[in-house]
Amino acid sequence: MTKVSMTVNGKAVSGEVEGRTLLSSFLREGLGLTGTHVGCDTSQCGACVVHVDGKPVKSCTVFAADVAGANVKTIEGMANPDGSLSVIQQAFQDHHGLQCGFCTPGMVMSSAALLAENPKPTEAEVRHYLDGNICRCTGYHNIVKAVMAASGQDVSALAAE
Amino acid sequence: MPKDTGIGASMKRREDVRFLTGRGVYTDDLALHGQTYAVFVRSTVAHGRIKSIDTSKAAAMPGVLAVFTGEDFKDVGGNPAGWLINSRDGTPMREPKRPVLAHGKVRHVGDAYAAVVAETYAQAKDAAEQLAADSVIEELPAIIDMKAAVADPSNRVHDEIPDNLCFDWGWIEDNRAAVDAAMKAAPHVVTLELVNNRLVPNAMEPRASIGEYNPGTGDYKLTTTSQNPHLTRLLVAAFVLGIPENKLTVVAPDVGGGFGSKIYHYGEEALVLAAAKKLARPVRWTAERSESFLTDAHGRDHVTKIELGCTKDGQILAIRTETLANVGAYLSNFSTATPTFLHGTLMAGPYKVPHVYVNVKTVFTNTAPVDAYRGAGRPEATFSLERVIDKMCRELNLDPFEVRRKNLLTPDQFPYTTPVGLVYDTGNYHATLDKAMQIADVAGFEKRAAESKKRGKLRGMGLSTWIEACGIAPSHLVGVLGSRVGLYDAATVRVNATGNISVMTGAHSHGQGHETVFAQIVAEKLGIPESSVEIVHGDTSKIPFGMGSYGSRSLAVCGTAMAKAVDKIIAKGKKIAAHMLEASEGDITFENGKFQVAGTDKAKTFGEIAFSAYVPHNYPLETLEPGLEETAFYDPANFTYPAGAYICEVEVDPDTGKVDVVAFHCADDFGNVMNPMVVEGQVHGGVGQGIGQALCEFTAYDENGQLLTGSYMDYPMPRAEDVPFYNVDYSCQTPCTHNPLGVKGCGEAGAIGSPPAVVNAVIDALHRGGHTHVTHIDMPVSPSRVWSAING
Amino acid sequence: MHNFDFAKPSTIADAAKALAADGAQALSGGQTLIPTMKQRLAQPTVLVSLTGIKEMQGVCMGDGGLHVGAATPHAVVAKEARAHYPALADLAGGIGDPAVRSRGTIGGSIANNDPAACYPSAVLASGATVVTNKRKIAADDYFQGLFTTALEDGEFVTSVIFPIPQKAAYVKFNQPASRFALTGVFVAKFASGVRVAVTGAGNDGVFRWAEAERALSADFSASALSGLSVDPAGMISDLHGSAAYRANLVKVLTGRAVTAAG
Repeated sequence: MTKVSMTVNGKAVSGEVEGRTLLSSFLREGLGLTGTHVGCDTSQCGACVVHVDGKPVKSCTVFAADVAGANVKTIEGMANPDGSLSVIQQAFQDHHGLQCGFCTPGMVMSSAALLAENPKPTEAEVRHYLDGNICRCTGYHNIVKAVMAASGQDVSALAAE
Repeated sequence: MPKDTGIGASMKRREDVRFLTGRGVYTDDLALHGQTYAVFVRSTVAHGRIKSIDTSKAAAMPGVLAVFTGEDFKDVGGNPAGWLINSRDGTPMREPKRPVLAHGKVRHVGDAYAAVVAETYAQAKDAAEQLAADSVIEELPAIIDMKAAVADPSNRVHDEIPDNLCFDWGWIEDNRAAVDAAMKAAPHVVTLELVNNRLVPNAMEPRASIGEYNPGTGDYKLTTTSQNPHLTRLLVAAFVLGIPENKLTVVAPDVGGGFGSKIYHYGEEALVLAAAKKLARPVRWTAERSESFLTDAHGRDHVTKIELGCTKDGQILAIRTETLANVGAYLSNFSTATPTFLHGTLMAGPYKVPHVYVNVKTVFTNTAPVDAYRGAGRPEATFSLERVIDKMCRELNLDPFEVRRKNLLTPDQFPYTTPVGLVYDTGNYHATLDKAMQIADVAGFEKRAAESKKRGKLRGMGLSTWIEACGIAPSHLVGVLGSRVGLYDAATVRVNATGNISVMTGAHSHGQGHETVFAQIVAEKLGIPESSVEIVHGDTSKIPFGMGSYGSRSLAVCGTAMAKAVDKIIAKGKKIAAHMLEASEGDITFENGKFQVAGTDKAKTFGEIAFSAYVPHNYPLETLEPGLEETAFYDPANFTYPAGAYICEVEVDPDTGKVDVVAFHCADDFGNVMNPMVVEGQVHGGVGQGIGQALCEFTAYDENGQLLTGSYMDYPMPRAEDVPFYNVDYSCQTPCTHNPLGVKGCGEAGAIGSPPAVVNAVIDALHRGGHTHVTHIDMPVSPSRVWSAING
Repeated sequence: MHNFDFAKPSTIADAAKALAADGAQALSGGQTLIPTMKQRLAQPTVLVSLTGIKEMQGVCMGDGGLHVGAATPHAVVAKEARAHYPALADLAGGIGDPAVRSRGTIGGSIANNDPAACYPSAVLASGATVVTNKRKIAADDYFQGLFTTALEDGEFVTSVIFPIPQKAAYVKFNQPASRFALTGVFVAKFASGVRVAVTGAGNDGVFRWAEAERALSADFSASALSGLSVDPAGMISDLHGSAAYRANLVKVLTGRAVTAAG
């Protein structure tokens, strides 16, 4: 066991980890931040996406020890400081961009990373960027719509093509 | 003007806030004091005889608390099939025991034959690896191909079942001769052999279960990923472990999707309970995705020959099908109903067809169990029917829209008794067809096709007109059809003293939005704000009873039970109001949240009545109990029959065979719509899964029974890039005639109606591109298959 | 997965020392290695992370062309190579998905040499030089079949030097599940001739399509390929595409890459 320290959602945290402890396990079991979900074991579903130093990362495919000292942001850190939903979170609710909620944390984190890189993505860009996030409930329609809405684009006409 | 509250409003979902902030609580999110970890030892061979399991080394490993094998469960019950199906000759289906852990034989890759419980997950995993190494399993020839399974009686999945056949079912057997005669007499017969591809449900939350036991009280608790906790309680308590139902609480907290796969009781649930009792500590298990692939009940997997007899101008005269349906190695709870009564009874579709006969042989193989997956039987029926009709149109050079129009039932024909045993109560299939053609701009297709051609793409359009039987319930009907349980539902509406409301519903929401939509209905009926209504679900200790959520039944059945309980509340409220207002009960009206003496301004608010019920100072105690809480059970008179018309447009890249769905239009009739936003979302999800089935998803076992598509590296899940925006219309509404909400259910429609529309569109595109030799491509219509078909 | 000791050296020299230990294995972005370890298919006793080595990070022009540090994530290459070598940036920006590109590195990719990985095609088509902690290896000598390279025990890639072609493009056809290349073709036109490297299709991993190179060196247009065909005999056949299908894809995608290269 070794001790790792990092900043998670703005707070300095530390904990004992094994070499094999994944960042997702450190967050969920070590810190009780269970909003980050694990949906597969081959690094594809994207339910576990968090931000490490501002970049989207699959937390089930990185060792906690390898990101010691990093600045990590999880779904629990995405709301506004007053606890209200951030623009992206609010857009997901407004446009019904989630159903069972399991893929949602990863979707929100990936979408936030997209909008940080590309503030006004096209539909095709949104769909392409979300290639590493699998949703089984929504058929993606309302997720894409929510992300475009969060970017300030008018989505009222999207549904009817 | 759209409403912003109550029935018919697109209210935003209240459950979203917790999901969007990471505060949902799924089973694996729970951390319990003293918890231990179970890991299962799973067969790596598809078929084998367990010669020996030496548990000594594993048991002695660090942290290991207990080791279980099939021997430990050989004297308890098995996980039963919920439906008894009789073969054509009247004999009952063959029903092998499905034990908690495999005993004697393992029957599919992933079949658990032992389990280890340890202090940590890693320790349990290490010990399970040791146990696997210390197990001797003699590999037997795997039975994978259904045709071979039936043909070779020497090789048996279950030693006691000689031909691997569960049953040979005819529907309706008495009509067989008449259908044969009609087929023989038909001027034209179209024949199509097709495969309905095996799918892995892939709810994004893997299955997980936590067992707890309190030795001080003898109480058990199972927290599990279930669509129907009461059914799980019944199965695990009464059938498997022999625990009194009153000593077992089953909780399904937030559940990350189900799509059928979480209806069923699985052995892991029984194991964690038994282990928790043995250790007097919580025992938890969460599937790795690879375990989900190997052990979640798969869906579909039919091989069908369908024949359609018709006139030369496309009037359908007779339909006959022969299907081999895979049930896998064991009978999962609904597995015998899915290929029969959820499939054969739909084979007339939305059409007036005088003669229909369906034969289904259900086959055991050394593969994971197969059961209901979104749509369950109805997608298989719809696909067979809509593909063969499309083929008829090509063979006879007929317009697919006109052929549908000619054969669809007309509104004046309801109620309509089909030749396969259902009574459709209401519908307007021409209206949804017209609506679909309008929103799809069918008239503008040629122009779009010409534009695609300029870009080197072949554009095609495909249609399906579909019907489903939903609101899976009527006990009297399902009883006749072989169900071993009733399929009613229940709800309790508890008005608290301060006037707000807790509704305990037997439906379980795992994405459907019940917490919002059910509250809308109660709020509207009682004339109070939605925020005063809380929907409680998923806990057998809190809710009266429920058969759970599947078969598009939540609103039609559970929602109706809830509405009926609200009606009882209103009725009691009137009695209280009559006393308080010194009027006769018959003179009390209830509107907009007020109990009023008709024709006067004397009134009591709902809140005042609630308060009086709990603080009965001025209350008719001699004739009425205090309190305001009512429970209703509801067992409907019939299934509901949503229907619709779907039009898909695809572009095919002839060089690579890649198919892009460029437009998808849905015109659905769900009866009355409670929350349009949620209904649209359900259709989107269903269509997304249907496109997945049509274009990319498949499940492959090799001849030794190894699952080749056992992870997301090889099982193609549709991604955002693989689907378009969907155009959804639900304005054609013929309300269900036998439930008070007039609702039909919308959860499965998309998955039922879409696959044939996609495949029909691909065939259309290829024909337009001159590849007229291609009459059918089995799903998934993947790039390599399309390219091979073009160049074949 | 089995446990291991975790080391994160900050210099190439320290990494080389750490990797000399018995059972030691290098870890780059881990996007392939970690899933493999979860399946207990790789069981190192010491895992040496190369992501903390500054001298293995980044993209810059230098002797022989564009130098890409082996520990540079795909996302960084996608961004920083764009001005110098757009086709390489496109390739890097199309690997996996954004989260994979945040972690996955060029060094990890070519050290693993998955037959369906994207990077090997760029390295081979560019005639790049693979630089290790011990030596420089020409691309043509580096790739030696499925998951096999010229790397010796204790040797790891520290950077790759890409000569910059006049024109180039990479076109990938996704395997529908993994989103790896079912087939991917990198075409690079140099003054000295055209190089065509194909990934995802060949039974022996990435390979150069010599006939196409000859035809395109004479006439750099998609139509120059019309008379050519690819022998399915050497192609992968699996769940997602037959050998014949892949052979077709090689030709179709090569043509598209030529068109895209302009």
